Amino acid sequence: MSEKKELLQVQALTKTFQLSSKQQKLEKTKEKVRTAVDHLSFTAYEGEIFGLLGPNGAGKTTTLRLLSTLIRPNSGDALVDGFSVVKEPDQVRSRIGFLTSELKLEDCFTPNYLFDFFADLHGVAPSVRKERKAALFARFGIDKFAEVKVANLSTGMKQKISLVVSIVHDPDIIIFDEPTNGLDVITAKVVTDFLEELKHEGKTILVSTHIFSLIEKLCDRVGIIISGKMILCDTLENVCGGMSLEDRFFEIYKETVGDEE
Amino acid sequence: MRNGIFTIMRKELSRFFGDKRLVVSILLPGILVYVMYSFMGSAMGSNFGVDEDYVPTVQAVDLPASMEALLPQTGFAVVVAADEAAAKELVTAQELDLLMVFPKDFDETVAAYQAASGSPAPNVELYYNSASTNSTFTYQTVVALLDTYEAGMVNKFDVNAGGEGYDLATDEDSMGSLFAMLMPMLLMTFLYSGCAAVAPESIAGEKERGTIATMLITPIRRGDIALGKILALGVISTISAASSTIGTVLAMPKLMGKAVEGMNASIYGVTDYLLLAAVIFSTVLVLVTLISILSAFAKTIKEAQTYAMPVMLLSMGLGLSGMFGGGASQELWAYCVPLYNSVQCMTGVFSFSVLPVGVAITVAANAAVTLLGVFVLAKMFNNEKIIFAR
Repeated sequence: MSEKKELLQVQALTKTFQLSSKQQKLEKTKEKVRTAVDHLSFTAYEGEIFGLLGPNGAGKTTTLRLLSTLIRPNSGDALVDGFSVVKEPDQVRSRIGFLTSELKLEDCFTPNYLFDFFADLHGVAPSVRKERKAALFARFGIDKFAEVKVANLSTGMKQKISLVVSIVHDPDIIIFDEPTNGLDVITAKVVTDFLEELKHEGKTILVSTHIFSLIEKLCDRVGIIISGKMILCDTLENVCGGMSLEDRFFEIYKETVGDEE
Repeated sequence: MRNGIFTIMRKELSRFFGDKRLVVSILLPGILVYVMYSFMGSAMGSNFGVDEDYVPTVQAVDLPASMEALLPQTGFAVVVAADEAAAKELVTAQELDLLMVFPKDFDETVAAYQAASGSPAPNVELYYNSASTNSTFTYQTVVALLDTYEAGMVNKFDVNAGGEGYDLATDEDSMGSLFAMLMPMLLMTFLYSGCAAVAPESIAGEKERGTIATMLITPIRRGDIALGKILALGVISTISAASSTIGTVLAMPKLMGKAVEGMNASIYGVTDYLLLAAVIFSTVLVLVTLISILSAFAKTIKEAQTYAMPVMLLSMGLGLSGMFGGGASQELWAYCVPLYNSVQCMTGVFSFSVLPVGVAITVAANAAVTLLGVFVLAKMFNNEKIIFAR
């Protein structure tokens, strides 16, 4: 494993948010600043699927948003294929594909138009774009709906289009936030199968989820985040140590949260 | 032009022109303005005019012989008042248009009166009702008749006898000054409405719908997004403003009624229109930039429209200043101040006194402000507190 290229190096990444007075009252706390990601470090290697596992509010999505340069860290850094998310965000953006429910597509456009639009923003050559669009649209069954406005498509189809749009530029690093959330079992399977395909193509994939089975099925390595801190990060085998991931997670969760309280 | 700017522009334009409702929403104001102004024109005309075949009714007390001879000229139906108090009541009730009360022996008194004596001149009392258009008209006609009669008695010399042909201003100049008074204010209002209809939708709307983040995740420069959006919004707003302007110019003769018969926009040449187009487009860019920056702070389209209100007051207020400014400024500094410079240029073009160097300075100053705004907007797109504000 260690001779593989370190495509993603996260180094003591920290992100804090101001709490509004409303939130302070709601959570009965006096603290003005909430640390969402707390000196988080981990490494993802070329050609593997890395899973970030944690409960809601653990800081998974914030971590992914930091890595995709949507927000900036307070301290620490992350190198994406050697480029810093702090100093060279443009370089990082052209190397990653990011999929999250937060990123929406404009309802009034067709999948066909949106694919071309985002391909243009990524500077994909028209000939390459055409070929890639044909392949991806066929792969996900979008071709039949290519000229239907997004507003008129089903949730599952919208998710597939978001996925396809996020990888129009054929990035080497793919970051998916809760990739199967809100999808029916069939669409979810299409997505997980596709992630495996991408892995076989040599892509590096980072997914966040709270679904154990998804991690067990897909991931080579896993990082468990609780309260913004990386509690454990290793290969799936080593993390589980013979137990099921679910049992092992709750064991770790009890130890950690028990320690803090 | 860089590819990114062009891609963003194309997207904004196709989003707009792909939506029939949006297209209608910018073209509709022009049609509404035309219909409304035409209606206002004809309504005002009928309000202040008297029917051509209307015969005013007049009663007179102590009607002298001189007047008996003179009044038939007016074609009014004059009868001797039986009772002065009753006649006044009729005027109040709008059943009688005018009551004339002459001093006794009016003709003799007037003939004997010496202005140099210092004693008060004989007074004719005319009772009328200003709430009635017909009564006012009758009153004014009779006053004019009496004035002429009085002037005729002591006539030593006339000024502009006959009245026609002394005003040497060309018809073009008169129309020009009328256009110069009205158009800057109307144009500034239309330009603002055009911009306010599309800019909040494009910036705050994308934030609200969560689509701007999808764009920000790509390597396109933030400056390209800002400039692409502003240029596209500028084009759309200009179309919208043009629609309203054409509606106004076409409706103007109807609004002004007979006073400006034959008034139309053909008095201006191609150069005038080209200068005007340059001023309008550069003004639109400034307005769109200002509203876009304010919209970027807003979380929703509605909030953005509220934030844009000061820009509306500013642009309408400056437009009004053109009405009272006394023509276009000859000072070059006036053309360095965005929006104010637009009003100066518009006034200049419409009154045939435009300073071409002023227009050049205006376009340059507005372009500079737009570029500065693009820079600010690009910085804002990079600021997570602004883009992801909840």
